[in-house]
Amino acid sequence: MSEAPKDLKYTKSHEWVRSEADGSVTVGITDHAQELLGDLVFVEAPEAGSSIEAGSACATVESVKAASDIYAPISGEVTEVNEDLADSPEKVNESPFEDGWLFKVKPSDAGELDALMDADAYAAHVEAES
Amino acid sequence: MTTLKTTPLHAAHQRAGAKLVDFAGWEMPLHYGSQMEEHKRVRESAGMFDVSHMQVVDIDGPQAQAFLRYLLANDVAKLKTEGRALYSCMLNEAGGVIDDLIIYWTGGASYRAVVNAATAEGDIAHMQKVAKDFDVNVEPRPEFALIAIQGPQAVEKTLPLLPDDLRSAGDLKPFSAVWNDTWFVARTGYTGEDGFEVMLPAEAADGFWEKLKAAGVHPIGLGARDTLRLEAGMNLYGTDMDDQTNPLTANLGWTIALKDAERDFIGRAPIERSKAEGVPERMVGLVLDGRGVLRGGTRIETEAGDGVVTSGSFSPSLGVSVAFARIPAGVEAEELHADIRGRKLPVRVVKPVFVRNGEPQIELNR
Repeated sequence: MSEAPKDLKYTKSHEWVRSEADGSVTVGITDHAQELLGDLVFVEAPEAGSSIEAGSACATVESVKAASDIYAPISGEVTEVNEDLADSPEKVNESPFEDGWLFKVKPSDAGELDALMDADAYAAHVEAES
Repeated sequence: MTTLKTTPLHAAHQRAGAKLVDFAGWEMPLHYGSQMEEHKRVRESAGMFDVSHMQVVDIDGPQAQAFLRYLLANDVAKLKTEGRALYSCMLNEAGGVIDDLIIYWTGGASYRAVVNAATAEGDIAHMQKVAKDFDVNVEPRPEFALIAIQGPQAVEKTLPLLPDDLRSAGDLKPFSAVWNDTWFVARTGYTGEDGFEVMLPAEAADGFWEKLKAAGVHPIGLGARDTLRLEAGMNLYGTDMDDQTNPLTANLGWTIALKDAERDFIGRAPIERSKAEGVPERMVGLVLDGRGVLRGGTRIETEAGDGVVTSGSFSPSLGVSVAFARIPAGVEAEELHADIRGRKLPVRVVKPVFVRNGEPQIELNR
C-alpha cells in the first residue's frame, strides 16, 4: 500500500492538496498515481498567472508508459510552478508529496477544499479502484 | 476471468518485488521498480529477461528444409553452418505477417524455431497444417525456460555459469548457437546489445537466475524490453506489423528472400506483385527533439496525407522521444509534424535505428 499523508486532501483522480500558511494551496500527484504511471519524463504544468477551474484538466504528466492529465483540485490562480521538474521530472517519482509538487494555487473559493477527501477516504478509494 | 499462465521464474519475480501484469495471457514482470533504471543497466552493464513465455518449436524430418523453405519468407537454405540462425517472417497467402521468428539449423534435418507468445498457438496450428504435405514433424517444446542476458557485460558474466560443455558459447558469432542434451545457448537478443538467449530445463531456471543475479546481472521487465528494442530498431509483432501488414511497409523487405526464383513460399506471389507495383507506405524512424512523447497511434502530418506512429516512447538512452511511423511512400521531407494531443510538434525523419551497442545512431540536437 502506498503512502498518503494525513495532513493532505485528495481527489478521486489522485491529486493531493496541501493548505499553506499564506492561504495558498500546493498541488501534486499521489504516491499511488506516480506508481501507476511509472518513471516520469515530462511535466507540463499550467503557467503561473493562469486561472484554473476545479475538475478541469490543467496539466499533463508523461511517463515512459503513458501521458496522463492532471485535474485541478480547486479553482483559482496559479501562483507558482515547480521549475525543478523541467530538468528533473523523476522528483515526482522519488518524492511525490514533497520535492515533486507540481504547482501552487491561490484559491478563489477556499470552501472547495471541503469537497476533497481526507487520507482515510482516499485510501479507501484507492483500495476500491484496485 | 481466466487464470494467467506463469513461467518457471514466477516465484523469482515475486521475490524480486516485480510489478506483474497480464501479457498475452501470461503473468509477466513489467518492471522491478524502475523501468528507466532497468533500461540503462542493459545499455551500461548487464540485465536478464524472463522470456519463457515465448515458444520453442522443433522441426524434424527428411523434408524439414523443404517445409521451412515453403513456410518462411526468409530462406533457411542460407544456413550453411550447424547452429546458425536467421530471422524470418511467416506470411499468410495474402502476404500478411502471421508472426516473426528466429530459426536455427541444429544439424541434419533438424531445425528449432522460437516464436512469439501471443501468436504461439496460431503459429503452431498453421505450421502443423502446412506440415501435412511434407514428411516432417512439428513439435512444440513447452518444457523449456528461456532467459535472455543482454548488455556489454552479459557474456563475461554469463559464461562461467553455463554448463562446462557449453563454455564455447563465448566464441559464438551473432545469430549462432551451441547446445547439449538439455541446454541451448544462442548469441541473439532483442536489445541491440551483445548477449545470450539461453533455453534450459524449467527446473534449472530458478537456480540459474539466482546465480546470474549474484554475478550482478539485474532482472529487467517487459517495460524496458520494449524501449530497448525500439531504440535498437527492432519491430514488435502486433504493434509494428500483424497479419494485415505488408512486410514491405514495415521495414522487413530485407528478410524476404526472393533471390531463388525456383523457391515457392507462402505469400511470395503477393509480395512480388507489390514489389513490382510499389507499396503505398514505408516505415521511418522519428525523433521528437521537443518536449512530448510519440506513442503508438500518434498522427503524423505529411504533404501527402497522414502517417501514423506504430511504436513510440521516450528513449531512456537518448533523453528524447523516438518512434517508428508508417508514412506515405513518396514523402521525402526531413521534417514532419506530430499531432500530440492537439499540439503540432516538429519531428525529424531518420533511419529507424536509434541505439546500437550503447552508442546513439542518430544526431542529438540537445
